[in-house]
Amino acid sequence: MNLAMLVAGQTGTPEAVMFWILGPLSVIAALSMLLVKKAVHSALLMAWVMITLAFFYIAQDAPFLGIVQVVVYTGAVMMLFLFILMLVGVDASDSLVETIKGLRVVAILAAVGIGGLLVSLLGRATLGRSSAGLEEANIGGNVPAIAALLFSRYVWAFEVVSALLITAALGAMVLAHHQRVTPRATQKQLAVMRFRGKTLSDAAGLPAPGVFARHNAVDVPALLPDGSPATNSITKTLRDRGSVVDPRPYQLSEIKNSDSTEGEER
Amino acid sequence: MIGYLIGLPLLGATLLLLGGRRTDKWGHLLATALSASSFALGAKLFFEMLARPTEERAISQKLFTWIHVGGFQVDAGLLLDQLSICFVLLITGVGTLIHIYSISYMSHDHDRRRFFAYLNLFIAAMLLLVLGDSYLNLYVGWEGVGLASYLLIGFWNQKPTYATAAKKAFVMNRIGDMGLSFAIMISFATLGAVSFKDVAERAPAASNAALTAMGIMLLVAATGKSAQFPLQAWLGDAMAGPTPVSALIHAATMVTAGVYLITRSNFIFDLAPDAQLAVAVVGAITLLFGALVGTAKDDIKKALAASTMSQIGYMILGAGLGPVGYAFAIMHLLTHGFFKAGMFLGAGSVMHGMNDEVNMRKYGALRAAMPITAITFGLGYLAIIGIPPFAGFYSKDKLIEVALNAGGVKGLLLGGAALIGAGITAFYMTRVVVLTFTGKARWDHEAHPHESPALMWIPMALLAVGSVASGYLFTRGDALVNWLTPVVAHHHTEHHEELYSPLTISVVALSLVAIGVLTAIFKYRGDVSNTAPENVSIFTRIARRDLLQDAVNEAVFMRPGQALTETLVKVDKSAIDGTVRAVGLSALGSAQGLRKLQSGYVRSYAAVILAGVVSLLLVIWVVTQ
Amino acid sequence: MNPANYLYISALLFTIGAVGVVVRRNAIVVFMCIELMLNASNLAFVTFARINGNLDGQIIAFFTMVVAACEVVVGLAIIVTIFRSRRSASVDVASLLKR
Repeated sequence: MNLAMLVAGQTGTPEAVMFWILGPLSVIAALSMLLVKKAVHSALLMAWVMITLAFFYIAQDAPFLGIVQVVVYTGAVMMLFLFILMLVGVDASDSLVETIKGLRVVAILAAVGIGGLLVSLLGRATLGRSSAGLEEANIGGNVPAIAALLFSRYVWAFEVVSALLITAALGAMVLAHHQRVTPRATQKQLAVMRFRGKTLSDAAGLPAPGVFARHNAVDVPALLPDGSPATNSITKTLRDRGSVVDPRPYQLSEIKNSDSTEGEER
Repeated sequence: MIGYLIGLPLLGATLLLLGGRRTDKWGHLLATALSASSFALGAKLFFEMLARPTEERAISQKLFTWIHVGGFQVDAGLLLDQLSICFVLLITGVGTLIHIYSISYMSHDHDRRRFFAYLNLFIAAMLLLVLGDSYLNLYVGWEGVGLASYLLIGFWNQKPTYATAAKKAFVMNRIGDMGLSFAIMISFATLGAVSFKDVAERAPAASNAALTAMGIMLLVAATGKSAQFPLQAWLGDAMAGPTPVSALIHAATMVTAGVYLITRSNFIFDLAPDAQLAVAVVGAITLLFGALVGTAKDDIKKALAASTMSQIGYMILGAGLGPVGYAFAIMHLLTHGFFKAGMFLGAGSVMHGMNDEVNMRKYGALRAAMPITAITFGLGYLAIIGIPPFAGFYSKDKLIEVALNAGGVKGLLLGGAALIGAGITAFYMTRVVVLTFTGKARWDHEAHPHESPALMWIPMALLAVGSVASGYLFTRGDALVNWLTPVVAHHHTEHHEELYSPLTISVVALSLVAIGVLTAIFKYRGDVSNTAPENVSIFTRIARRDLLQDAVNEAVFMRPGQALTETLVKVDKSAIDGTVRAVGLSALGSAQGLRKLQSGYVRSYAAVILAGVVSLLLVIWVVTQ
Repeated sequence: MNPANYLYISALLFTIGAVGVVVRRNAIVVFMCIELMLNASNLAFVTFARINGNLDGQIIAFFTMVVAACEVVVGLAIIVTIFRSRRSASVDVASLLKR
């Protein structure tokens, strides 16, 4: 760690203060992201790291990048992560027991190796080199300077990356597309099915979502009026997998109807 | 011009083999015609050669440049000199007669056209052998006759034993061929040349060790091709081929290729006396070996084969006696070509009349039924045992003379062996004649012996004429010796002193022959049983089993070889395959271990990635120190 | 104070995010830790922009934010899809790569 040398190109004191506060915090957040059990907690800690990085970018005379970091990364990408977590199951958590033998040892050794080597290499690369600072490059503002570079020197990469974005969007659509195996039932067929079903109670259709729900998690079934869990309130996938949570803790407590007499037949 | 000698029969072989069944009707006639035209061309070249003065008699022809690598150049060239013209006339002459014979002998065979194709192929290859002007060109012909021999011995390959006999002949030939390969390699390595002219020029400059090694290697090659000891075991089994094949290849021509090789390499052997002595010893051993085996054979073809082996032993012995012996070895080779081919054709005629029976114990009294065969066979018989004035007398006696005149212990041993061999030859050849043509008829019920058709007995008759006259013609005025001297003995003018006079030698030889003939007549003129007797002496038993040659070959070479291959197979299966499988298993095992890394849990993968990042940072940290 | 101190904070946050990816089992929390890592690198970029005196670091941080937003959109859509079929948001459940 090169703290000793006071040469030109050092950062100013406010930046140093910010660094020494946020830097260790971000490292701790990243470590915790590894160690917490629930995936949602990992996502939130990840968001914290990203915001810290946005601070760093802005401090390093890269305001455009800092804003983009917040808007795109933290805003869009982390939200996307959270949506998927919601789809998959918010309560899903890993046990901390490692199933593959020796993997932890390898991981820790590799971590020590990579970390140490990287730090040492980076130290060697920057030893004695003074930082030039971006005052000159940012003449006229950071955004115009970036734009000038982006659309002159890097325009070809820019075009390729935009093609990549389009392809990624298309790919996601294709992957998530649900291919119907059977032809879609027409409205007439649906009506026929409803009225020719086993019981006429299906004829009126199902209640709106959330009417009987006891919890907003996807794997907690709704409870019907007689207290039994409604099986078709959970997606078939979760049902077949068997990861349906017991709804009984979420039952309403005993209903006390002051008007009714006890023993009166319903 | 010389190239056509080879080209004509080669054309015949190609046409008949590629033409297939379409050429069945006229294939044999074409082949015979081409062989005859080759003979006519050879005769023409011979008369032209006679007309030229001695220095200009040898002519050569270069066909094309075959190998040209750096400083090493070998042309496909042909050399026609006094030595090769003898062979050319023998090969094409006897070959054409046998072609004519085969038209009739193989007339009932469905594959006659293929037979003639192979015969033509053989003629072409043998001509290439004797006309090649370098060891490498000779080697091509050498291999070609080996191939033709294999194809012809196994001609009736539907019978497994015949096919096996063909393989046995080829494999043992191959061992000899290795010798020729080594000789060529030694020649190239030490003398830097392989053509006869160059080697003859450079040989005096080479070391004695190299020359002796080359000579021994050439001897190995000759023993393989000419069925000499120790590579003689294949000749008896080679009688599985049709009789014309036995007559042409295994009597007159192919088996004499070894003698040709040694005679052609006279410049090597004359400079390496140890190798030359080895040649003579091998010849002496073989002539006795063949003679002993021939006494116990009841199969007429196998008896004649043993006789061939023995007579070539005489030729090799002659070739191993230096410049004085080469001409007589060639003389015996030429006369042997006549009478042995004639006798084989006669045996074929007898077999033809006796419904392909080969056991002589089932013959007897055939001279009344097959007079022409009996006469021609008889003339050949008289020639082989060396009765004057027939052909064999001149050539064989000259060889015995040269052997004895070599002097000292060597002369006595070699000459003694030759004399004893002559006696035994007389014995077993008389046995063959007596069992086949005289005595009581011991035929099977179905046998109706009859004389062979004209196409068969005319060649036999012509060969019989050769058996009668050729010896005298070659010897009159030292005709053959003087003819061949420029090739084999031009650098030798010394005369060996004659230790024994030719008359003495002839008298001794004829006495031994008489003893042999009389013994055979007395033993076999009485009743002879249809089947071979069981209680015979141990010597007869050994002789019946070819003097245990197959037993020795199996014990010394075959079984250890098989054991070696089995061991190698085991090693291959366990060690090498095991190693490969172990690699696979280790891959599997390590995969099993590494598999545990893939647990399927995303978090453990993430941990691994983290570990990777740590190591990367560590590297950067270290590097930027 | 040397502006380089921000870099050390960034390194620490990055490390914490990396460990969080490995240790936590809930897919959404894992995702949040990834976001934490991205934010830490953004901080480093902005600090370097200040140290070097030009705005390139800020531009890169801007692009990082855009890309991170896209990534969140698609990633969460995937998590929802998996949740629909697998009915669990734990990363350990999707262990089919084992076999």
